[in-house]
Amino acid sequence: MERYSLLNVLGHALRGNTGWGPAWRTPTLQRSYDVVVIGGGGHGLATAYFLAKKHGVRRVALLERGHIGQGNSGRNTQVIRSNYFYPVSSSFFDHSLKLYEGLGRELNFNVMLRQSGQINLVHTLHELEIVRRWANAIRMNGVDAEVLGEAEIRKLVPTLNARPRFPILGGLIQRRAGISRHDAVVWGFARGASAHGVDLVQGCEVTGFRKSGDRITGVETSQGVIQCDRVAMSVSNQCSVLAGMAGFSLPITTTTLQAMVTEPIKPVLDPCVISASIHVYVSQSDRGEIVIGGAADVYNSYKQRGSFAVTRSVLSSVLELFPSFSRLKLMRQWAGAVDITPDTSPIMGLTPVRNLYINCGWGTGGYKAIPAGGDTMANTIVNDAPHPLIRAFDLARFERGALIDEGAASVVAH
Amino acid sequence: MLYIPCPFCGPRDDTEFTYGGPSHVKRPELSCNDREWTQYLYHRANTKGPYRERWLHTFGCGRWFNVLRDTTTHEIKQIYRMGEVAPGGESQ
Repeated sequence: MERYSLLNVLGHALRGNTGWGPAWRTPTLQRSYDVVVIGGGGHGLATAYFLAKKHGVRRVALLERGHIGQGNSGRNTQVIRSNYFYPVSSSFFDHSLKLYEGLGRELNFNVMLRQSGQINLVHTLHELEIVRRWANAIRMNGVDAEVLGEAEIRKLVPTLNARPRFPILGGLIQRRAGISRHDAVVWGFARGASAHGVDLVQGCEVTGFRKSGDRITGVETSQGVIQCDRVAMSVSNQCSVLAGMAGFSLPITTTTLQAMVTEPIKPVLDPCVISASIHVYVSQSDRGEIVIGGAADVYNSYKQRGSFAVTRSVLSSVLELFPSFSRLKLMRQWAGAVDITPDTSPIMGLTPVRNLYINCGWGTGGYKAIPAGGDTMANTIVNDAPHPLIRAFDLARFERGALIDEGAASVVAH
Repeated sequence: MLYIPCPFCGPRDDTEFTYGGPSHVKRPELSCNDREWTQYLYHRANTKGPYRERWLHTFGCGRWFNVLRDTTTHEIKQIYRMGEVAPGGESQ
């Protein structure tokens, strides 16, 4: 792997930038592997990367149906935070945030992390009470959180509506939260995994599993059957289909979440601003686009296309908070299929199939968990036992009634 | 956006409706074990393709009905009333 550095960039510049090679190999698929990872999104790539790098697993294949990062890893709004309510969520997501803080160095790839904070706006006295309790819980979990008054918020976000219909009483800020470039995270993990010997196979769709008893012996793909010892399933919006092929069902509903960006402008918005009541979140990317997300569509869908009613309601919410954005042209609007679990927490760990490991159900917030998801899943696969950080997120929690109801507790806007 | 033909009021925008999740989910006997109860309570077919679901015409007649809709194209293939036997079988 070519190591990227200032000297390396200057050297290439002097040669007219004609000597750059591909960032990862294009291998031919072998017939047999130690571990097959299904899904070339952030989580799958990170899992393959940590399997090869941290645990020294030599023969790892990563199968991607389309192109790497084509699914939700390239469709999200890049927000990273760890302000979760329950200790199990908090410790997992803060592990992820800490890995993000060192990710550029780890991968030798600039992921453009900008920790400019995330503010959850408060519009009513009741919300203020909840936010105070929430901030206390976050701090008890050892994560940074602070309740700000209106004046402090307006100082950090001067573009906020001066006379909003829903008054801004204050807000909760996590200063270590922020955004990073999602494509860079995908490319960085792909490049790192490939350099450590992982075979990244694109355009290879899984069509079935060969089973013997409660074990998978082979993975049937569009490029033939692969023998393998262990299988990791790290897909979004196909997880119910794949689980069905493996012989079990999941507590997941797949629906649509859309996002959009405006034309790029000079820096006007430093932190990411969320309002759960008005149902919108806004940030500004390093390219200058205002990145907008909001409510999910309510009905089951694999179409990856949001409805206009939601687009309209999200945009009107943005203009309620930031009237000056009404002059901006909307450049792109897109949608991804998101897998929602009953408690809006992910499903990670073992499955009813002995050598199949699952990492799914990320709903609307999987991007922030990519490094920790890969790290803990790689550990889980190697040890055939759940990593301590993800033990509570297992599939069997629904049977035990041990739900992790972050949807209500963490005021997630979905 | 969906354009849903309510069997009582005719076609309307989906903003008039409330989504009711999958149709024909059968509650098991109360003597069932935890696994069966979990299946009923949380597990969903989450079908990729034709899917039977319930809709409520909240800002219209206020009545429930069943829809057979393809989740990959959003095409509405069939509409039938609550309590009617699903055309083509009740499986998801």
